[in-house]
Amino acid sequence: MKFIAAFLLLLSVAAPAFAVEPGERLADPALESRARTLSEQLRCLVCQNESIDESGAPLAHDLRVLLRERIAAGDSDAQAVKFLTDRYGNFLLLKPPVEPATYVLWFGPLGLLVVAAGGALIFLRRRQAMPDAPPLTASERTQLDRLMKEGEGR
Amino acid sequence: MIAELGLYALILAFGLSLVQATLPLKGAASNHAGLMATGQGAAAAQFVLIATAFIALMHAYITSDFSVANVYENSHSAKPMLYKITGVWSNHEGSMLLWVLILSLFGAAVALFGDNLPPPLRARVLAVQGMIGAAFLAFILFTSNPFLRMNPVPLDGQGMNPVLQDPGLAFHPPFLYLGYVGFSVTFSFAVAALIEGRVDAAWARWVRPWALAAWCALTIGIAMGSWWAYYTLGWGGWWFWDPVENASFMPWLVGTALIHCAIVVEKRDTLKSWTVLLAIVTFSLSLVGTFLVRSGVLTSVHAFAVDPMRGTFILMLLVAAIGGSLTLYAIRAPKLAGGGLFAPISREGALVLNNVLLTTAAATVFLGTLYPLFLDAVGGPKVSVGYPFFNRTFVPLMVPVLIAVAAGPMLAWKRGDLLGALQRLWIAFAAALVIVMAGLYLAGFAPILSILGLGIAAWVAVGSLTEWADRVKLFRAPLGDTWRRAIHLPRSAYGMTLAHLGLAVSVAGIAASAFSVERIELLHPGDDLDIAAYHLHFVGTEPVPGPNFNADRATIEVTRNGAPVAVLHPERRFFTLQQMTTGLTAIHTNFFSDLYVALGDPDPSGGATIRAYWKPLVPWIWIGAVMMALGGMLSLLDRRWRVGAAAGKRLPAAHPAPGE
Repeated sequence: MKFIAAFLLLLSVAAPAFAVEPGERLADPALESRARTLSEQLRCLVCQNESIDESGAPLAHDLRVLLRERIAAGDSDAQAVKFLTDRYGNFLLLKPPVEPATYVLWFGPLGLLVVAAGGALIFLRRRQAMPDAPPLTASERTQLDRLMKEGEGR
Repeated sequence: MIAELGLYALILAFGLSLVQATLPLKGAASNHAGLMATGQGAAAAQFVLIATAFIALMHAYITSDFSVANVYENSHSAKPMLYKITGVWSNHEGSMLLWVLILSLFGAAVALFGDNLPPPLRARVLAVQGMIGAAFLAFILFTSNPFLRMNPVPLDGQGMNPVLQDPGLAFHPPFLYLGYVGFSVTFSFAVAALIEGRVDAAWARWVRPWALAAWCALTIGIAMGSWWAYYTLGWGGWWFWDPVENASFMPWLVGTALIHCAIVVEKRDTLKSWTVLLAIVTFSLSLVGTFLVRSGVLTSVHAFAVDPMRGTFILMLLVAAIGGSLTLYAIRAPKLAGGGLFAPISREGALVLNNVLLTTAAATVFLGTLYPLFLDAVGGPKVSVGYPFFNRTFVPLMVPVLIAVAAGPMLAWKRGDLLGALQRLWIAFAAALVIVMAGLYLAGFAPILSILGLGIAAWVAVGSLTEWADRVKLFRAPLGDTWRRAIHLPRSAYGMTLAHLGLAVSVAGIAASAFSVERIELLHPGDDLDIAAYHLHFVGTEPVPGPNFNADRATIEVTRNGAPVAVLHPERRFFTLQQMTTGLTAIHTNFFSDLYVALGDPDPSGGATIRAYWKPLVPWIWIGAVMMALGGMLSLLDRRWRVGAAAGKRLPAAHPAPGE
C-alpha cells in the first residue's frame, strides 16, 4: 500500500507527457495535447486495432501529421476528425458511431445481460419455489442409503 | 523419405480415427466390451502415429530439408536452431499438426488414465475425440498437407517472419493449443453424457480436472501473447481487443465460467444441463477461434492462412461440431434437470451470478469481434470496434464479477448469509476505501476509473485473504489450532485463494496502466533524459551482427538518485532476408514497476529517438495471470482427484468450512 501511495505521489509531480515522434509534435502544448487525445481514438488502418498514436506504421505517421495540420489550422476536434473520416471513412474510428447499423452492437450487450439475468432469476425462483420436494422413491431411498454409507466410510 | 513416413503415419492416424469414432460408440450402445475397448487402442496408436508425423516434420525443419515445401516457405538455413524447431508450428500446416498432436495426446491420456471411468462413458468420450480427430486430420490431409515435396529443390528457404523469431511468441501457440484442445476433452465428456442422458457428481469429478488443466494452459498462453505484445511493440501496449486476441479470450471467459459451474454439479448435483452447455460452448469457441485465425477471414499478422478452401472446410467442421452438439443438447438436456435446491443468496447463487456475467461478457466480446465482419458481409458500413467499445461494455460487466469474487466464497451452500459475509468483509472494504482515498488525494479526480480499479483490486485481494483467514480461524482460535487447520485445508481451497489473489494482482496492474509516464525524445550520444525517478544517460549506438540479422544496439545507463540501477540495451534488428526491421525493447523491472526503453528511428544528425516509459504495476498483469494458473494447478493437485487416495486417508480433524 505504501508503494501505491509512493507511485501516486510520483505521478502528481511528473510532467505531463506529450509526444509521438519528436519531429511530429506541435509547438503549442495545448494543441499537441488535443492532437494526442484525438489520435488515441483513431485507428491505424493497416494495423490490428492499434491507434495511430501507438502505431509505428508509415500510414499512422501520415495520419498523425495530417491531424496536427488540421488542428494547427484552427479546426475544432470534431472538424479535424470529420476531415479524416470524410477521406478514410468511419473505419478510422476505434469507437464505432452509434447509428442504426450499430444499434445491435452497442445495445446488444445490455440486451444479453437482461436476457441472461432474467433467465437466471426465473431459474433461481424455480429452485426456491419447490420447498416440498417430491418424496423419495424406493430406489432413490436405497441409493441414498448407499451413498450415506459410502460417505461414512471415508 | 522421412517426410513420406510422416505423411504415411498421418494417413494411418486418419484411418484409425475413423475406427475410433465409430466402433466404441457401437460397443457402448450394444454393451459389447470388445468393441468398447477398441477406442483405447485406437487412441493410443493415434498418438504414436501423429507424434511420428510431428517428429518427421521437425526433422525436416532441423535438417533444413528444403525439398519439403512447408520448410522452404517458413525456414532458412541461417535461422537459429531454436526457431528452426519452433518454426514447425509457426505456420499454418505445422500448427494444425500441433493441434491434432495435442488432441491425440489428450485422447491417449483418457484411454490410459481413464480406468476409473465406467467403460461405456470412456468409450463414448473416446469416440467423440475420434470424431474431432478425424475432422482435423481430414482438414490437414486434404487442404494443408505439411509434407508436400518440391521439385526442383530450392537452394535455401524463404525464412520465417522476423516477428515470430522471439521466445515469447515461439512458445505461445503450444500453450494456447493445450488450452483450446484441452477443452475438447470436456466437450467429449459433455457429448458422451448427453448420449447417455446422465450427468452426476461423478461426471463432474472427471470433467473438472480436464477443464482446470485446459484453463491453466489457456491462461498461460494468453498471458504469454499479451506479454509478447508488451515487450515487442515498442510502446508497452499489451491488449488491443484484436480479433485474434479475442478468439483466445472468449473460450477463456466461458472456460472460467465452466470451472466454477462444475463445482456446483460436483458438490450439489445441480446446474447440470447448464454445465454441459458451457462445456460445449467453450470448445465451440475454441473452434471458432481456430476458424477466425486459420481461415484468413481476418486480415492480421497472426492470420497467415489465406485460402478460401480451408475457410470453407473449417466452416463446415464448425457447423457440424457446434450444430450437432447443440442439437443433441436440445434433445437431451431436458432429461438432465433436477438436483439440489438452493436459495438465491447462497454459494450456488453466487456462482450463477458469476456465470451470468462471464457468459454475457464472452457474448459481448463475440459481438464486438464478429459484428464488423457481419456488417461487412451484409453490405453495411465498415466499422472498427476498438478499445473504447470494450471499455464501455466489457469493463462494466467485470466490475460486479470482481465485487462478487470476494463475497461469493464466504456464502454457505444452499442458503447463505449475505449480510454476515459482508460484515466479515469489512477489512476488505476498508482497504479499498483507503486506496481510493489515497489515490484521489495524490492523483486527483482525473484518473478516477483507474483509482476505483485499484480499490476493487484491494477489495478482491483482502477479501480472498479474509476468506482464508476465516477458514483457518486466524486470531480467533489458538495459533496451534489455526496452524493445523491451515495444513489440513484442501489444496483446492488454496488454489482458489491463490487464483483469486492473482485476479486482484492482474486487475491492479491493468488499472495502474493509466498512470504510466512517457518521454519520447531525439537524443544524441551523451544526452540525458529524466523519467519518473530515473535518470537515463544515452551513451550511443553500435552495430552488432546477429545470426540472421544486423542490429543497432543502444547503450543507456540508468541511475536513480545518482546510484547506478541498470545498463539497458534496446536494439533495432534488421533482418536482411526479409528486409524487415523489428525492435527489441529493454526493460528494467523491480516487479512493482517497469522502466521500458525502446530504440526508435536513427536521425541523420547522428542521434536516435529514444522512447522511454515508466509503467507502475504493469508487471503485475502477468504475475497475476501466472498466479491464476498456479492456483488452478494447485487445485488440480487436490487429493480428491486422485482416486482411492481420499478414501484411504481420514478426513482432516478440523472440519473444513461449509463448501469444501
